[in-house]
Amino acid sequence: MSKLSQFSRSLAIVKKDMLVFYLKGPVVLMGLLFPFFLFGAFLIGRDLSHAYLFVALLAMTVFFTSTAVGPAIIPWEARSKTFERLISSPVSITTVLFGDMQASFYFGLIITSFISLTAIFLGISLNLLIFIPVVILALLTFSAMTILMSSYPPTDIPADVMMLTSLVKFTLLFISGIFVPLEKLPEYARVISYFSPLTYLVDALRYSVSLHGYFPLSLDLILLSVFALGFFFSGVAVHKKVLEKRFT
Amino acid sequence: MSVEIIKAEHLTKYYGNFLAVNDISFSVNKGEIFGFLGPNGAGKTTTIRMLTGILNPSSGRIEVFGMDMKKHKIEIRERTGIVPEMANPYIDLSAMRNLRLMGRLYGMKGREIEKRSVELLKLFNLYEKKDTKVRGFSKGMKQRLSLAMAMLPDPELLFLDEPTSGLDVMSARLIKRIIREEQKKGKTIFMNTHNMQDANELCNRVAIINHGKLIAIDTPEKIKEIGAKSNVIEFSLSPFKFEGGIVEGRVEILGDKVKVYTAEVDETIKKIVNYAERENLKIVSLNVEKPSLEDVFMALVGEKNE
Ligand SMILES: Nc1ncnc2c1ncn2[C@@H]1O[C@H](COP(=O)(O)OP(=O)(O)OP(=O)(O)O)[C@@H](O)[C@H]1O
Ligand SMILES: [Mg+2]
Repeated sequence: MSKLSQFSRSLAIVKKDMLVFYLKGPVVLMGLLFPFFLFGAFLIGRDLSHAYLFVALLAMTVFFTSTAVGPAIIPWEARSKTFERLISSPVSITTVLFGDMQASFYFGLIITSFISLTAIFLGISLNLLIFIPVVILALLTFSAMTILMSSYPPTDIPADVMMLTSLVKFTLLFISGIFVPLEKLPEYARVISYFSPLTYLVDALRYSVSLHGYFPLSLDLILLSVFALGFFFSGVAVHKKVLEKRFT
Repeated sequence: MSVEIIKAEHLTKYYGNFLAVNDISFSVNKGEIFGFLGPNGAGKTTTIRMLTGILNPSSGRIEVFGMDMKKHKIEIRERTGIVPEMANPYIDLSAMRNLRLMGRLYGMKGREIEKRSVELLKLFNLYEKKDTKVRGFSKGMKQRLSLAMAMLPDPELLFLDEPTSGLDVMSARLIKRIIREEQKKGKTIFMNTHNMQDANELCNRVAIINHGKLIAIDTPEKIKEIGAKSNVIEFSLSPFKFEGGIVEGRVEILGDKVKVYTAEVDETIKKIVNYAERENLKIVSLNVEKPSLEDVFMALVGEKNE
């Protein structure tokens, strides 16, 4: 089967995901409302530069919107017994998951595009040549992360996955230099932050608003790509491995 | 010369340590309706999942359309329609959108999808509901839609896992009629069922599976012959009263009817008549029948299964 036709079939899955999942309650809550509450809480009582604020807002938006849809898709499909039909059609599991990943990506892309307009109101001069590739790469990375998130445990209870992923998401949020810049973190905390892909998004975004980064931009981009590929392919591998457990 | 569409060799499936399907081999010919019959938990769904490439067998080999399932899963599926056991369409999508999704997954062109969908929606009496979300569909409507989704790409081979289970008479009949029509068009159908009557009416051949083992495979008529030595004498007495000991053979009491399975028709009937005279009972009915597929099935799989 040609790669091209599998790709075009993955678009059918994207469309299905958009119609079925984009407007589900938890998605809207976790993807849209939550980052802004969090951002509000972060703002209170601080006197921060606009550029700094913009980086925090965008990093949170990219991170939360691209991880809002993905984690629950497969568990939801397993629960509502649509999963078996999907994987018994002439598409590979990789194609199904690639479709789901794209659905996360587009959700993130649409909302992040709107939020990016705040740059205008904040009077920020944005280097689009850095900003656009960084945002797209990071959206892909976090969309891919949701594939891994939904793979284990092979539950069919979406709420369980949502809870687990929220836990992971918040942990990442606090170790990624959004609230406290990397250079101000104690050594051990900084080492922990190296393991979070969000760290490299925050760092890369700083370059787009003429702030200094902690790592070279090229390293940020390389690591985000490595995370993206790692997340997707390990996610696919785990999904394949636990597939049987979804049919009980 | 019959063409083998499905060939299963020594299929075995373990779930952990549990042996669900135990070394079964069979083949299905082109144009056949092949029934896979067995009690709950026998391994029917597991088998169909292996035949459709959803589950990998622990050992054994599957060939469909002459291609090895391991190597040509996608090509095989392009020519196959599948109705899984608990096949739910997407409840948040309309009937039409569910069909479109299937069409796209099978790589069909937009116009072809529209035309075929309308055709099938009409065939399955769902046309009026084509833009209604499936959430509000009854079980029978969902099942009909499910079958329509499987038939959309006009596949040569259909796998149906209990297509009529839990449906009312009308929906079940419609589905059976359509299965027969598909056969007339030269399609091959593999169906799981535990409904003997469906198997008897529809299938050219049936395989009986129990505890993961294949215990018989033949035409319904031939399978019935396995039990042909025995006859079923069914009768009812009024006022109802019966002591099993007076006849030989297996006795089943169902409500106010008694079924006796025996080879000795003449002797048994005489005994029943004598008994009725002696006890001053009226014989309300008395029939002698060849065993049904169900009777043979029960004899084969035993009555330990509920
Ligand atoms: N994913 C699974 N993990 C572990 N055991 C399983 C799994 N799926 C099925 N089984 C077990 O394997 C056996 C066969 O199951 P299967 O679903 O194939 O039966 P079936 O013949 O389709 O039954 P039914 O008529 O109830 O649909 C059963 O004992 C079942 O409990
Ligand atoms: Mg079953």
